[in-house]
Amino acid sequence: MVGKLILRGTLAGVVGGILAFVFARVLAESPIQAAIDYESGRDAAQEALDQAAGIAASAHEHEIFSRTIQANIGIGVGIVAFGAAMGALMAVAYVYCIGRTGAVRPRTLALLVAGGAFLGLYLVPFLKYPANPPAIGHEDTIADRSTLYLVMVAVSVAFLVAAAWLGQRLKPRFGNWNATLLAAAAFIVAIGIVMLLLPSFGHLPANVEEYGRHATETPLPLTDSQGKIVFPGFPADTLFSFRLYSIGAQLVLWTTIALIFAPAAEKLLTGGNGRPADAATPVGA
Amino acid sequence: MSSTSTTAPVATPLVLPVSRTSFLMVGTTLLALAAYYFIGVDQGAWSVFGNDTHIHEFVHDARHFLGFPCH
Repeated sequence: MVGKLILRGTLAGVVGGILAFVFARVLAESPIQAAIDYESGRDAAQEALDQAAGIAASAHEHEIFSRTIQANIGIGVGIVAFGAAMGALMAVAYVYCIGRTGAVRPRTLALLVAGGAFLGLYLVPFLKYPANPPAIGHEDTIADRSTLYLVMVAVSVAFLVAAAWLGQRLKPRFGNWNATLLAAAAFIVAIGIVMLLLPSFGHLPANVEEYGRHATETPLPLTDSQGKIVFPGFPADTLFSFRLYSIGAQLVLWTTIALIFAPAAEKLLTGGNGRPADAATPVGA
Repeated sequence: MSSTSTTAPVATPLVLPVSRTSFLMVGTTLLALAAYYFIGVDQGAWSVFGNDTHIHEFVHDARHFLGFPCH
C-alpha cells in the first residue's frame, strides 16, 4: 500500500514536472535570456569602466554547457527530476497524514497535503527570498543565501506540520472550523516573526560592505567615477515576469501532482470501488 | 505492503502501519531530499564533487526558476 502510494506520487510528480517544463520553456526562457543579456551587457560596461580606470579585465567564465542545452534540456531534466522528488515526498507526507489529521476524505486529504507542500516548500520561502533570474545574486554571498533559503524552507515546513498538529489539538475545544482558523493564524504569526528576524539578502555583511545597504542584490544602475549612469539597473519588467512565471510553474507542478494523486490515492485506499466517504463526515485539516 | 485497505467505513480511519514500512518511507524521503539537494544547491554554496560545476551548469535555468539561490 505504502509502496503503491509512493509510486503514484512519484509518477504524478513526473507528469507535473513535464507540464511545468512546457510552461517554463514557453514562458520563462524569454525573461531568462533577457536577464543573461543584461548581465553580459553590464559586464561589458563594467569592463570598459575598469579599462578606463586602468584596472585589468578579469578572466571570462568559460561555458560548460551552451545556452541551447541549458534552456532546452537542462531545465527540462531539472524540473522533471524536481517534480518526481516532490511527488515522492508529498506521498510520504500523505501516508503519514492518513488517519492522523481528522476525518478527511482520502481525495481531499491529497489536495490538502499537496497544497501544504506547495506552501511550505516553495511559496512561503518565496515571500521572504523570491526567485531571482540570472544576473541577480552576488558570487560572494552564495553560501549565506543558500543557507538562509534552506532555513526558510525547513522552518516553513516545520511550522506547517506544527500548525496541522495544533489544529488537531484545538479541534475538540473549538470545533473543526475555528480550530483550523486558529492554527492558520498561529502559522502566519510564527512564520511572520521568523521572516522579520532573518536578514534580507542585501543586508548581508559582504553586500553592505561592497554595495551599501540595500534590501536586495538586484543590480542598481552602473555609474562611472563622476556618478553618471552608464548602464541601467536590472529591468523591473523582466524581474516581475520571471517571478510570476516561477510561481506559475510551481502552481502547475503542484496542481498536477494533487489532481493526479488525489483520485489515485482514493482508489487505492477505498479498495478500488471509489466509494465516497460518509456524507456526514466533516471535511477539514 | 499492508492489507488494511478494505476496512474503511468512514473517511480515513485506517492508519497505515508506518513502523512496518518505515524503511520505504525513510528511503524515499532520503532519495527525494538528495534529488532536491543536487538540483537546487550542490556546486553552488557547497559541493559534493569538489570544484566541478557540471550539475550546476546543466540544471542552471531550472535552479533559478524553481526559486533556489544561484551564483
